[in-house]
Amino acid sequence: MQLYLPIADIPVNIFLVLAMGAAVGFVSGMFGIGGGFLMTPLLIFIGIAPAVAVASVASHIAASSFSGAISYWRRRAIDPTLALVLLSGGTIGTALGVWTFTYLRSLGQLDLMIGLSYVVLLTAVGGAMAYEGLRAMLRTRRGGTVTLRRPGSHGWIHGLPLKMRFKRSKIYLSIIPVIFVGLVIGFIGAVMGIGGGFILVPLMIYLLRVPTSTVIGTSMVLTLVTMIFATMLHAVTNHLVDAVLALILMVGGVTGAQFGARAGQKIRGEHLRLLLGLLVLAVGIRFAVELVIRPADLFTIRETGGGAP
Amino acid sequence: MTARSLLVLAALLAAILAGSPAGAERLIVSVSNHRVTVTPNYSGEELVLFGSVERDADTPPGRTNYDLVVTVIGPRADMVTRRKERRFGIWINSDYRQFLQVPSYLALFSNRPFDQIASAEVQRRQQLGLNNVLLMQRVGGDYADVVPNDIFRSAFVRLRSERGLYREETSAVTFLTPTLFRTTIPLPAEVPIGTYNVEIKLFTDGALVTKADTAFEIVKVGFEQFVANTARQNGLAYGLVTAAMALMTGWMASIVFRRD
Repeated sequence: MQLYLPIADIPVNIFLVLAMGAAVGFVSGMFGIGGGFLMTPLLIFIGIAPAVAVASVASHIAASSFSGAISYWRRRAIDPTLALVLLSGGTIGTALGVWTFTYLRSLGQLDLMIGLSYVVLLTAVGGAMAYEGLRAMLRTRRGGTVTLRRPGSHGWIHGLPLKMRFKRSKIYLSIIPVIFVGLVIGFIGAVMGIGGGFILVPLMIYLLRVPTSTVIGTSMVLTLVTMIFATMLHAVTNHLVDAVLALILMVGGVTGAQFGARAGQKIRGEHLRLLLGLLVLAVGIRFAVELVIRPADLFTIRETGGGAP
Repeated sequence: MTARSLLVLAALLAAILAGSPAGAERLIVSVSNHRVTVTPNYSGEELVLFGSVERDADTPPGRTNYDLVVTVIGPRADMVTRRKERRFGIWINSDYRQFLQVPSYLALFSNRPFDQIASAEVQRRQQLGLNNVLLMQRVGGDYADVVPNDIFRSAFVRLRSERGLYREETSAVTFLTPTLFRTTIPLPAEVPIGTYNVEIKLFTDGALVTKADTAFEIVKVGFEQFVANTARQNGLAYGLVTAAMALMTGWMASIVFRRD
């Protein structure tokens, strides 16, 4: 069934978009990530203008992370204090990111920068996660106990001042690295047009040593707030949010996210990390291939100005 | 003076010239629909252009070897064509050309190949064929349309043609009788919203006899128009509603799927 999108100005197959939303929603519910790094390329692939895709995906991610966050909240798997501290850093990071975005665009090589940062970030993060997940799996298979969860519980991070007790997560931690992580995620999210969940989750696990029980729920809260903020920003500045497209994606996304969250509970932590690592790595490699392989068409057209002179 | 007022002036001049008594024929044309409305199930449309060649007492008797060229020009916009080049092992955009106020949709239809209708000189002057239509480029500080085989120009025309937005068909106009003709104007789903000008030129023995203009518009109506207008005019409210919609959808889902 074809449906005409009022902002994107093209007709799309409503079931195709629903299915895409559900598939990405499943992944996002399972791993506690936004899924923007999957959804945006998919939308561009079916012919939606990149700017409209980025702007509309933000609201889709907001919807699925809200639905995810509610179910994690019910299971008491969200640390509100931690989320709040992360957010304070995230807001500053987003503002810095928007500023950098504008600056890069004025230089005219924004696309290349985004492509390169996708490749570097996705392959690095994906590779590290897959490697770690694989090692943990092998270790359990050999019968060893999984003690790697918190090695060196008193690293340099714990020597930092301004310590604070995060009750729900049962950690006692300086707020400096927490704000820093929020800042980095906010910055990357604004520049690359993604929620940044796939970087946030590993950062929280490996750097902040947040227990797995609260990691996903808390990261969802951060994703939710940044994406609501991004939706507003895109709607006010570029007028490129397609509400109809967003609604179809949302309905598919939240449905998928519910099933994904349940599937995620059944899978062991290290398997989950290996899977997510492989997925992130695959997307990263795809972007790398795109940069290295000779494109089918060397020329591209982009509309730059409105109709009237 | 803006490009548009220049165009209007050119059209006026052309009308005065065409109205001179030398041209004895007159063209009467109409499109099947002057207002194409975009509805939720819109997926492109096909218009039909009808017309007839009206002859009067001054028309040389027995003159029936008419040729017709129909040009459809969609809303104009600025575009950039970029070329990728390999640098440091990766493909990046390097060179680019700006195309200024070029048609977002361009279709040229005729009853037989342009070469048989008129000489190369007339083809160029009357902009017959995609190779002869004026596509203004900015090269550095200069404004010009370059030769048809310029790589950026041909890449631009090729990419637009691949999307069905630029087309040239030299057998699309059919004469039902020696003076009655028709052609179809295919509009793919992704054609831009706006006003489309249709120019019909009548040739005989390789020379322009007369021409006529008509137009149609593609407009959004109802819900589509409302959404597009709100997004443009009330960005903040639109953003708030979208954000609220996201929260509502998320909340609804967590209720619907609640198990515990």
